Amino acid sequence: MVKKHILDLKVSANIKMNDKFILLKLTSGEKLPEMLPGQFVEVRVDGNNDVFLRRPISINFVDEETNELWLLIQLVGKGTRTLAKLTEGDMVNVVLPLGNGFSPVVKGEQVLLIGGGAGTAPLLLYGKKLVEGGAVPTFLLGARSAADVLELDEFKKYGDVYVTTEDGSLGEKGFVTNHSVLTSQKFTRISTCGPKPMMVSVAKYAKANGVKCEASLENMMACGLGACLCCVENTTEGHLCVCKDGPVFNIEKLLWQI
Amino acid sequence: MADLSVKLGGLELKNPVMTASGTFGYGLEFADFVNLEEIGGIIMKGTTIEHREGNPYPRMAEIPMGMINAVGMQNKGVHYFAENIYPKVKDIDTNMIVNLGGTTLESYVECAKVVNGLDKIPAIELNISCPNQRSTGGGGMAWGVDPVSAAEVVEAVRKVYDKTLIVKLTPNVTDIVSIAKAVESAGADAVSLINTVLGMAIDIEKQKPVISTKTGGMSGPAVKPLALRMVWQVAHAVNIPVVGLGGIMKAEDAIEFLLAGATAVEIGTANFVDPAVTVKVAKGINEYLDRKGYKSVNEIIGLV
Repeated sequence: MVKKHILDLKVSANIKMNDKFILLKLTSGEKLPEMLPGQFVEVRVDGNNDVFLRRPISINFVDEETNELWLLIQLVGKGTRTLAKLTEGDMVNVVLPLGNGFSPVVKGEQVLLIGGGAGTAPLLLYGKKLVEGGAVPTFLLGARSAADVLELDEFKKYGDVYVTTEDGSLGEKGFVTNHSVLTSQKFTRISTCGPKPMMVSVAKYAKANGVKCEASLENMMACGLGACLCCVENTTEGHLCVCKDGPVFNIEKLLWQI
Repeated sequence: MADLSVKLGGLELKNPVMTASGTFGYGLEFADFVNLEEIGGIIMKGTTIEHREGNPYPRMAEIPMGMINAVGMQNKGVHYFAENIYPKVKDIDTNMIVNLGGTTLESYVECAKVVNGLDKIPAIELNISCPNQRSTGGGGMAWGVDPVSAAEVVEAVRKVYDKTLIVKLTPNVTDIVSIAKAVESAGADAVSLINTVLGMAIDIEKQKPVISTKTGGMSGPAVKPLALRMVWQVAHAVNIPVVGLGGIMKAEDAIEFLLAGATAVEIGTANFVDPAVTVKVAKGINEYLDRKGYKSVNEIIGLV
């Protein structure tokens, strides 16, 4: 278990990616603590009286050279829109790292990382760790259109990247589960993160083809620590907390109709 | 450094700050953030005789200055607690208190008997007020909203439980003072209040309630003035100690409850916003006492 911390981090950059996403980069005077790919952080949102709870945000990347934590944030509500207003030099209070990450890296594995929308965020750090551990990641990223495909150049540093867009403006037209790479290449396992319907489709594909598969969930949560029991998911072991027992689950454990 | 120790019946607290049930797990979840032994008491996640899966997801809604929850007493049952969790928490040097819920009178009594056998658990907080239990025929809500049934369950548990018995009251009643007096007469050593306030949130796009159970329990600073008023009323009406809770976010809030007549306080929802808040509140109370020239926290209890 990686130790958890409450830290005041400084905004080193807040980059507007498009109308719906920001990339918030946070740094510290001290070395950032160990964080595993697939884990998340809880960000305190200051300056908006309508926002009470912290916001759970997945760890997009940890840049060890610049000592920066990257959070790729989709602007979905009042909390994230308040975070979008942060500027360089502002301080942000963060609890981290939370939850269990993706599966440990096994040397020589051919891992397909399938992301959709904001769900592509945690796959970047995992891709880097897979490469460092001697595995081979391949990325399959799905989005509505070309403008929604984020961090493409970053992903390309760690493996082959395939894209699907719903309107066909980049990569293959359609959904991730229709992409030709699924038939042209073999993978030892799949890790996926994105909208639930997408992950269910990916899980169905994996099950039908006998490929191991894990999915990262994002149920609504309060504490992020396994205390409030609000973010539960139905599993073969009953209600489990996405925050503490997940957010990454083997699909065999989930009671999805697959 | 003022003396922060207080007493709830026979229960000695090193400081008046405890954690509210359901907001602090079994304490262990927060061990990376605070020294658990600096907290006056840890009231653990609600425990029932049987394993409960709780209510369906979604179970929470954020509101301005708080949240609404409907967890539904999810827990693995008191026998699981005794075998698997108790060994991990029993040597933590503070008061590790079991919050005990139930449905039938027998379920409360059987659960209390098991907890009575756990040497290192010095007290029970009896939940007769959780608004989330949907069982019919006298469960949860029903016990705590009526002085007669409230007294009935306290009396039954009192017969089988010989350590400190704190009874947690619901604010969702017409006259909380009459309930407090009834449980005092039935043998409670202390009362804690308030549990969550019944509330609701609606998603206007989906045109449906946000929470699966439609209504849930409201907590956080939004409920603090209501809680403070009820604590003040009850503290002036009963002769047993009162534990105050409801929306405490900082030391100043806790001090308000102490001045209103609470002997101790519980911190709940604030743990979700700042996992280290408990020890900060204890320190803040001490600073206040020093600044005002008090030697003991007991000197300010009930000054208002």
